Amino acid sequence: MAHPLLELKQLQTYFISSKGTRIVKAVDGVSFTLAEGETLGIVGESGSGKTVTSLSILRLLPAAARIVGGEIWFGGENLVTKSEPEMRRVRGSQITMILQDPLMSLNPLFTIGEQIAEPLRIHLGMRGGTLVERIKELLRGVRIPSPEVRMREYPHQMSGGMRQRIVGAISISCEPRLLIADEPTTSLDVTIQAQYLKLLKDIQKRSGLAMIFITHNIGIVAKMCDQVAVMYAGKLVERAPVRTIFNQPAHPYTEALLNAMPKLTDKSERLWSIEGQPPDLANLPPGCPFSPRCPRAEDRCRREVPPEVQVGDDHYTRCWLWERS
Amino acid sequence: MRTSQERTSQEDLSASQLTVTPQTFSADPPVALRWRKTAAWLRGAPIIPLFIMAVLVFTGVFADFLAPHNAEVGNLRLRYRPPVWQERGSWDFVLGTDHMGRDILSRLIFGSRISLVVGIMGVLVAGSIGTLLGIVSGFYGRWVDQVIMRLTDSWLALPAVSLAILLAALSSPSKWNIVIILGAVYWTRYARVIRSEVLSLKERDYVRLAVVAGCSQAKIMWTHILPNVANTAIVLATLNFGVVIIAGATLSFLGVGVAPPEPEWGLMLSEGKSGLMAGYWWLSVLPGLCIMFVVLAANLLGDWFRVWSDPQLRQL
Amino acid sequence: MSEKLLEIRDLKKHFPVTKGIVFQKVIGLVKAVDGVSYSINAGETMGLVGESGCGKTTTSKLILMLETPTSGEIVFRGQDIQTLQRKDLRTYRRGVQAVFQDPFSSLNPRIRVGDIIAEPVVVNEALPKAEIKERVQELLRFVGLSPNAVNLFPHEFSGGQRQRIAIARALSLNPSLIILDEPVSALDVSIRAQIMNLLQDLQRQFGLSYLLIAHDLAAVLHLSTTIAVMYLGRIAELATSDDLRHKPLHPYTQALFSAALPSHPDEQREEIIIAGEVPSPLNPPSGCRFHPRCPFVKAVCSEVEPVLRPVADGHQVACHLYTDPA
Repeated sequence: MAHPLLELKQLQTYFISSKGTRIVKAVDGVSFTLAEGETLGIVGESGSGKTVTSLSILRLLPAAARIVGGEIWFGGENLVTKSEPEMRRVRGSQITMILQDPLMSLNPLFTIGEQIAEPLRIHLGMRGGTLVERIKELLRGVRIPSPEVRMREYPHQMSGGMRQRIVGAISISCEPRLLIADEPTTSLDVTIQAQYLKLLKDIQKRSGLAMIFITHNIGIVAKMCDQVAVMYAGKLVERAPVRTIFNQPAHPYTEALLNAMPKLTDKSERLWSIEGQPPDLANLPPGCPFSPRCPRAEDRCRREVPPEVQVGDDHYTRCWLWERS
Repeated sequence: MRTSQERTSQEDLSASQLTVTPQTFSADPPVALRWRKTAAWLRGAPIIPLFIMAVLVFTGVFADFLAPHNAEVGNLRLRYRPPVWQERGSWDFVLGTDHMGRDILSRLIFGSRISLVVGIMGVLVAGSIGTLLGIVSGFYGRWVDQVIMRLTDSWLALPAVSLAILLAALSSPSKWNIVIILGAVYWTRYARVIRSEVLSLKERDYVRLAVVAGCSQAKIMWTHILPNVANTAIVLATLNFGVVIIAGATLSFLGVGVAPPEPEWGLMLSEGKSGLMAGYWWLSVLPGLCIMFVVLAANLLGDWFRVWSDPQLRQL
Repeated sequence: MSEKLLEIRDLKKHFPVTKGIVFQKVIGLVKAVDGVSYSINAGETMGLVGESGCGKTTTSKLILMLETPTSGEIVFRGQDIQTLQRKDLRTYRRGVQAVFQDPFSSLNPRIRVGDIIAEPVVVNEALPKAEIKERVQELLRFVGLSPNAVNLFPHEFSGGQRQRIAIARALSLNPSLIILDEPVSALDVSIRAQIMNLLQDLQRQFGLSYLLIAHDLAAVLHLSTTIAVMYLGRIAELATSDDLRHKPLHPYTQALFSAALPSHPDEQREEIIIAGEVPSPLNPPSGCRFHPRCPFVKAVCSEVEPVLRPVADGHQVACHLYTDPA
């Protein structure tokens, strides 16, 4: 693609214990690209490194974590080398984030209006009447009725779905180019989730913003995403356009995830399950991290980490089974 | 920003240093592994406070063998001898003698036993009462909770030391009375904290499952609640230890605690204060320093323990 | 054919909302469960599905006697459990056990796994230690864990393994009915299928009945024989799994199906986005509780509350669209 909006090149983020003895490779050599207006879904379970990847992009890592290698190219600049004041200009205005728990994302001591105003004041320097109008406009944009009244209310006075919409409003307030949503609907009811996802899709259509959806639910990916990246134990094991992932999954893990989902449509007697336990990041096997659970693992898989190979149009995977072709 | 090259070399180093995690399905991990894990945990413990507390325990337990002289009977002809490093001092009485001719060092050593006993027993009594009431109050809730908490509130409103003095004045001065009194004064600090922890523990699924399994309330409190508040109680106890020792010393200092001729540090402080003007500084200063170091060590250790025990819990 | 194991008759649980500290005044009622009736047959799975505030968790608590009903009956093997005394209560406890959602808070971190699994047996039976130990190891094998796990502590296991331990404990008294409250929603996706298969296998092996409470429609459809869709304390629709899957009647059920996530990007589903939020159970809407959000609302819906009535064999709906002759 011409100029991707976001490009990760071999990103490595490790958690290092204070005495330097324990290293957890939370993100280990992850690369992908994202074009303007596109939606990428990063799918993985606990310990896959998907959240750490998003925190690395925004440079919001906890103290024990460090980006030890790789590059993050956004709008022509490498975010890894930026200083903290420079990153502060990026966060909130160029790249924003929505988290899972809206109750944790909103400050219980400030009104909704004040919280929406914050990024507008900092990044766009809005004040007074224009600021109030913009806040009302944003609230209307996320389908919150009577914005003038709601502005003066506090987070605890609203329901979970509403709070998540307000978090959405805050994040798009400065018209960012990229929105990272980390499990934004996990705590929402199913019908509210449907509303919310539709809202996000509409916002994207209106503003042309690119989105990264981080989720463990492959159904969200099917509904919302154009591109998919599947992560396992810190490595990106497959990336492809969404239909390719569903129709021709290359990596055994992706295949297993797709099969393990109970579907509304068919009534199979038994679900296809993946053997074994989720990986222990401090204690990974020497080869492919999925090898202990892979039904098709060979000797080589257990010894050497497979490199990323191309298996089709815009379709890459890390698996020795594809190396031959 | 470290370069990837530096990182890889460190990574190679640490690959061999990575702590081994036991296999999930093995039997009990080998003893050696357990010791290594314990040693790793204890890394970072404050050495000096630990050392001071160890000395305290050691002298308290082995006082009979360590003290060079009798701590309660002295020779009046040998009174007011200064410590060895001053003129007139001698190695016979390393830290000097008091107004009754008793060896200060021996008194300090036996005094450590008293402080140890008062500290440990006082904390045990206060902790037991407080934890029990906290658990009952938090678990049963409703009116039981109200009654116990109001009792706690009113008890807390009374100044601890004044209350202790009052109770001590009303009873005969002895070590064991002090222990009971201090226990009766300080239990409230445990009750409040334990109760609030029990309130949240009550909601845990394993408590609900114990009810579903048919466990009686007493069994639930004993098997499920108590072990899970034990950590908090122990932390409170270590922080309380220093306070109790000082309170005990205060009571003795004021004459309502341990009675002479027992060599309690607070009592020694009090007995020695008249000698300060005459220049016999070692009578009060030395026991005072003992109190100070022990309480300081106890507080620092308690603080470290509080921090140390918490992340471990989080790992669970 | 199969006996009626558990029957719920017009069950209601209202929580009073009080104001004031010393003299508490009741200012409102949260009608968490407001007139629910169904039955579970031996060897079958009843699925309760619904969103937050629908009362499914409260129903499970009432059945487990963690809460007492405001009115209504819970009949287990012909006996009203509210009238049970001591010895019979024990028999009930032996017959009904539970597995809860959070594998991390379901196991006491300070007790060894062997003791956790053995606890129900220790409390209810007077068996010698050796026999109990044998039973625990047997149970561990049933749930696919190594018998060596007996001496380990919960924190040494992953979420999925802990849930297996919880299941082993639930099985220890040979219950007839196990309440499963969101048994897999806190687990990783790849582990969910394992546990669901395990639950199915155990059901077949021991003839267990399950009351499955979940918000994931697909999982409930997969595991259940009969399903009750709950909304704000009442049942909207009650049908067999197959009937519900092919012909959901109640508008709320249809909305749930529509809102469920697709399993393929090309999967087209009729989009029924219902507006608004779930109302508070403190103040449920008049008439049919779903009427403010229903895309097919009629005048009668805001006035008269629809009753759960059969419209086909084994298929009941509480909706004016189907139960009114006009």
